Amino acid sequence: MKKLALAFAASVATMLSVSGAANAADKTKICFVYVGSKTDGGYSQAHDLGRQELQKHFGDKIETPFLENVPEGPDAERAIERLAREDCKLIFTTSFGFMDATIKVAKKFPKVKFEHATGFKTADNVGTYNSRFYEGRYIAGVIAAKMSKTGTAGYIASFPIPEVVMGINAFEQGAKSVNPNFKMKVIWVNTWFDPGKEADAAKALLDQGVDILTQHTDTTAPMQIAEQRGIKAFGQASDMIAAGPHAQLTSITDTWGVYYIKRTQALFDGKWKSEQSWDGLKDGILTMAPYTNMPDDVKKLAEETEAKIKSGEIHPFTGPLNKQDGTPWLKAGEKADDKTLLGMNFYVEGVDDKLPK
Amino acid sequence: MRIELEKRAQASGLFTLVSPILALVLTLVFGGLMFWALGKDPLFALYSFFIAPLTEVWSLHELAIKAAPLILIAVGLSVCYRSNNWNIGAEGQFTVGAICGSIIPVTFYEWQSPLLLPLMMITGMIGGALYAAIPALLKTRFNTNEILTSLMLVYIAQFTLDYLVRGPWRDPQGFNFPQTREFVTEGILPAIWEDSGRAHWGFVFALVAAVGVWFMMRFTLKGFEVTVLGQSERAGRFAGFSSRGMVWFSMLFSGALAGLAGIAEVSGSINHLQPSISPGYGFTAIIVAFLGRLNPLGIIVAGLVLALTYLGGEGAQLAIGVSDKVARVFQGLLLFFVLSCDTLIYYKVRIVLAKARGSAAGGVQ
Amino acid sequence: MIVEAILLTVITASTPLVISALGELVTERAGVLNLGVEGMMIMGAVAAFAAAQMTGSPLTGMIAGIAAGAVFSLLFAFLTLTLVTNQVATGLALTILGLGLSGQIGESFVGQPGVRLPALNIPGLSDLPFVGPVLFHQDILFYLSIVLVIGVHWFLFKSRTGLMLRAIGDSPSSAHTLGLKVIRARYLAVMFGGACSGLAGAQLSLVYTPQWVENMSSGRGWIALALVVFGSWRPWRVLAGGYLFGAVTVGQLHAQAFGIGLPAQFLSALPYAATIVVLIAISHNRRTTLINTPASLGKPFVPDR
Repeated sequence: MKKLALAFAASVATMLSVSGAANAADKTKICFVYVGSKTDGGYSQAHDLGRQELQKHFGDKIETPFLENVPEGPDAERAIERLAREDCKLIFTTSFGFMDATIKVAKKFPKVKFEHATGFKTADNVGTYNSRFYEGRYIAGVIAAKMSKTGTAGYIASFPIPEVVMGINAFEQGAKSVNPNFKMKVIWVNTWFDPGKEADAAKALLDQGVDILTQHTDTTAPMQIAEQRGIKAFGQASDMIAAGPHAQLTSITDTWGVYYIKRTQALFDGKWKSEQSWDGLKDGILTMAPYTNMPDDVKKLAEETEAKIKSGEIHPFTGPLNKQDGTPWLKAGEKADDKTLLGMNFYVEGVDDKLPK
Repeated sequence: MRIELEKRAQASGLFTLVSPILALVLTLVFGGLMFWALGKDPLFALYSFFIAPLTEVWSLHELAIKAAPLILIAVGLSVCYRSNNWNIGAEGQFTVGAICGSIIPVTFYEWQSPLLLPLMMITGMIGGALYAAIPALLKTRFNTNEILTSLMLVYIAQFTLDYLVRGPWRDPQGFNFPQTREFVTEGILPAIWEDSGRAHWGFVFALVAAVGVWFMMRFTLKGFEVTVLGQSERAGRFAGFSSRGMVWFSMLFSGALAGLAGIAEVSGSINHLQPSISPGYGFTAIIVAFLGRLNPLGIIVAGLVLALTYLGGEGAQLAIGVSDKVARVFQGLLLFFVLSCDTLIYYKVRIVLAKARGSAAGGVQ
Repeated sequence: MIVEAILLTVITASTPLVISALGELVTERAGVLNLGVEGMMIMGAVAAFAAAQMTGSPLTGMIAGIAAGAVFSLLFAFLTLTLVTNQVATGLALTILGLGLSGQIGESFVGQPGVRLPALNIPGLSDLPFVGPVLFHQDILFYLSIVLVIGVHWFLFKSRTGLMLRAIGDSPSSAHTLGLKVIRARYLAVMFGGACSGLAGAQLSLVYTPQWVENMSSGRGWIALALVVFGSWRPWRVLAGGYLFGAVTVGQLHAQAFGIGLPAQFLSALPYAATIVVLIAISHNRRTTLINTPASLGKPFVPDR
């Protein structure tokens, strides 16, 4: 009994001294909140890889605590506040469902800086950041139209939010630039993450005659089905080549590390301010996995398209462009503005699906 | 060697008090072992899990926020389970309660009035009760097992919520994000002690409901009816109680409380409707109900303890670097030990080393 | 052609449901309600995947899945049969523990592409048009599921041991008086259920989607529980129910791909609504329900001296 009490006291003393030691070393805390698991093989893992890059870059100057599997909803506010109370100087909340929670906590902690991914609400100490995934989708569309023999692609979509709709539209735009009659079939699986359901959706699309698959869900299940059936497919969020060594054409990988390093440096330089940043291919926030499993001329076209997007020569949403119902949207040469894209809830011409309302 | 149980003539008073403590100690010991196996300092880990969340005021508020819906739902479920009606669909009733309670602030989004909040709470309760009426109807009219019907209805409720917030109820100024407009201030359940934290009146509802149900079960005829029908339908019928009536009463009652929990959570914590409003409260509440031995006062404690494991698990991620799955393992262990130790209350446990004295034909097990 | 393709998808989707439901059916026929199917299934999935990855043999994985499910169910059996704890609560605790434990165990396996259980080729039969690929070119688990249906049916209704098990499920005290070893039989029934759920889990991580992902059972355990009631505790009906559910689930995906204009949430909710409707239809006949429901289901039993 006495030994137990001594051990307990020792542990408490250790804990207290540990926190004391941390203050002495004066590392800045840059913190992260994930909606999924850091080993989910998809979205949250990509953020965590970015965090690891950040840690490596700044080494001993920073610490990067994180919380994973934080559900959107009432728990989110508590998790974010916990990090704020842990002396974090900059907090990245990585899922759009954390938006209101971030704003609420930011109000209580005006000295802490927050950055919310894929959202649209800001404050003096809250910025938003996003990635132009649609640029990658455009390139994928170009490749798809070149590789597909049936002229139809299958799209496994998660939820009808603007980000996903943007992706579908950009894919269609890229495909149309090669084959004006390119068609797409879309299945909404209502989940970001359910390998069984994604696999079933992949099979359904393939059975209905598509010969190229792409996904806006996070597991490698569709890629595995593609590999099994000898079909080509595009990966998402991470490089899925291991799951589809003969199937993967490329993957739109999230490479957030570059952005995290940029913003932390700004913090150190005293230059951090709230902004709504939307970086793209040219900023390195997303990277295309190596183009493979395709003939050389397609590879060349893909690389050229990527280069043109980076230089600004191509913008995936350039007029003349009509909406799915025929109403005109962009005039010849007109480029879509960011605001419309962020709230996109309509299809462009050529997409063969009705948006769930 | 085998374990033999002998039913006690009367539930042991000693063990009624000792058993939960024993269960807690066993959980701590096993948990400590688990942390040690993971390479973490066991005592510090246990401290992070169970004590650290109690050391700060804001954390106590968060405890109340997390525990409130658990307690409220579990109290309703305790009435159901005591009467042998197995409502597993509280999660669905929570969702529908949240939806119904939000009808007014979403459709009449500019209406500000002190009447708004009470109306929201009442419509939430009605919504939850009506949704629970479905499995009640199916059980009494068509003899369909309520475990399964209430469970299937959970999925349907979630899809309905999803459809509403992405479609007709979506905030037009919301960049097409799936959520409704923010509720007006009059539609937000206020905080109890504004300055120190964000615990809202949902916690008060939970406590009031728990005490109220405890009173009902202990001192009223209705409470007696619930207990008798739960233990023996025949005995109940002799006393003039209707088991059909009890199906309706218990399901509607628990549905109403779950619905109240739903709208309280949406109104107090989230302030609008969105696709994810519950991290599984309806299912966790089932565990809370059993941990509290289906006694409303015990449920208050159980709800707080379980909320503690959630908060502790989160804090432990930062303090010692374990993953959140550990919290779930803890909760499972806690429940196992509580259930096992409760056996001691009703049975004497003997470890028999000799072989069975089999004189009767076929032998005794 | 497309019908054949759809059938193949349905078979893969329905097999885990049928296997775990059959196991739970036997458990419930003995009078024990084990709500921990989801937990046993996910433990089976992680064990199967881990074993297959470490040994390179999916068959070893399959056996590991079975073993994991059976061992895990022992925990439930010990609590509910020896310590006489509440079956509903204990089953739920098993599920929570299983989900957490499997996530912990599987952490290092995430993202690794798995080894697939290959499809068997039955010479001659596999080449028959239509029936060939659908019925005779499947992986071993599909065939096991059919064997299980036949086996469980024969065991329960045509064998003496099965009769004794059913007697135990209907009235354990009478069975005990007759000298039947109630507790031991229930232990075996629970472990059989665990083994089946573990096998179903193995199907998920070795056939359905050869990989490991947290919570990949996605609620299938609860569907399996529903299927047992759905099938009035009769194996062939459980098979039918499993395929009905699988068909509606896969069908709604095809409907979307085809372009039927109904909202996606409505289509996603269809399998669950369909289950309720059929449940009503089946249980409406009180007599059938009374005959088939094990009378002592969920009630604790302590053998008296």
